[in-house]
Amino acid sequence: MTFDVVFQILMSGMGVTVSIFVLTLLFSIPLGLPVSLARMSKNRVLSAVSGVYISIMRGTPLMLQIIVIYFLPFYGFGINVSAGYRFVAVIIAFSLNYAAYFAEIYRSGIQSVPRGQYEASQMLGYSKTQTFVRIIMPQMFKRVLPAMTNEIITLVKDTSLSFAIATAEMFTMAKQIAAKQASLAPLMVAGVFYYVFNLLVAWVCRKVEKHYDYYKI
Amino acid sequence: MELFKIENCRKSFDGEEILKGISLSVSKGEVVSVIGPSGSGKSTLLRCACMLETMDGGMLSYAGKVAAHEENGRVIYAPHSELKEIRKTFGLVFQNFNLFPHYSVLKNVTEPQIIAGRSKAEAEEKALECLKKLGLQDKANYYPCQLSGGQQQRASIARALALEPKVLFFDEPTSALDPELTGEVLKVIRDLAAMHMTMIIVTHEMNFAREVSDRMIFMEHGVVRAEGTPDELFGSDDERLKAFMGKLGGN
Repeated sequence: MTFDVVFQILMSGMGVTVSIFVLTLLFSIPLGLPVSLARMSKNRVLSAVSGVYISIMRGTPLMLQIIVIYFLPFYGFGINVSAGYRFVAVIIAFSLNYAAYFAEIYRSGIQSVPRGQYEASQMLGYSKTQTFVRIIMPQMFKRVLPAMTNEIITLVKDTSLSFAIATAEMFTMAKQIAAKQASLAPLMVAGVFYYVFNLLVAWVCRKVEKHYDYYKI
Repeated sequence: MELFKIENCRKSFDGEEILKGISLSVSKGEVVSVIGPSGSGKSTLLRCACMLETMDGGMLSYAGKVAAHEENGRVIYAPHSELKEIRKTFGLVFQNFNLFPHYSVLKNVTEPQIIAGRSKAEAEEKALECLKKLGLQDKANYYPCQLSGGQQQRASIARALALEPKVLFFDEPTSALDPELTGEVLKVIRDLAAMHMTMIIVTHEMNFAREVSDRMIFMEHGVVRAEGTPDELFGSDDERLKAFMGKLGGN
């Protein structure tokens, strides 16, 4: 197998990797918000449920979560899943896991907005919802950007964990080729892929941060 | 006409009584300053008046509408909808401005009006008028972080004025400013006083308070220790009052 062929195979795996990455962000970034709000809720039950959720998601390996979500329908409920479920299970596991991390990042962001912003909003006639949506959330977003960048870069590398259920993403493919050829080269190429991908991610995140430089908090 | 009235206001934090039954009423067009040493409860009184803190005891009303009253030793606040209306009668200028940092000055002044029900055009017109009155017309498109402390405080006063409150509270409006910037904010408040804006000002600026107030309240340890016209307070025989005024009035 020439380098060209390896490159091409990995390229096709890269598509799956990017899909996992994009879909996970698409679901986990919004999902983190209600989890975070529930965590901070005055309602003790809600707060406890969210707390347990975050604790489990952060306290157990993501690889284990992927395996459980993939095999649970069959071993738990005797449901025969279709072939397409493999990818769905990966997206569910990643989204649930990352939502927990994002929820905690949001919480830190929301709690770092000064009390005075809430008080000013109240004095100026903003409702609680208006205060949160118009005043607190935009400031939270700016505050959490650096922490989000970190998490997003980790996600790029974490996509490789989906090899646990043999998803046809790049790392799984690189491993297979490497085993077949008894060579490290395919894995090295995969490494370069991840690195370049993350350079791009970091660049985009820096752009977004720069965009919010027009005001200071 | 009595625009603001608080009676026998009591407030404790963690078992420590900060306000031990304060009463104050302010008529239309009156300027009242509240002075006193740190920890005397001035700011807490203001926060209870603005309903940023709930009272443990007492009565609170604006323009005859009761916002809170005491019943069997408990304070009952009016229903949410009524409080919302009552809140429209007053505004508060904070010590540290609390402008919204992600909004331009113009949007800071405009958005609360839109929330109150004005159209965008109306709100912007009113905002520009208020900013002009405070000498900030050329700063409308700046962000708070681009302004000096004095400009920020003036912008926050414009924001409060745009909602046309009947009573305006000031919580140490110049305490976060250096002496050079204090003057420009005090001038604005003086101008408002000249236009007979009803104001209740917590301040440490003795000379300013003396000049601008119709009435002064001296608070200490959670009670009103003295109340009267500036001349009455400055001419008082009360040794404690003399010592306090002398210390702060000198600069």
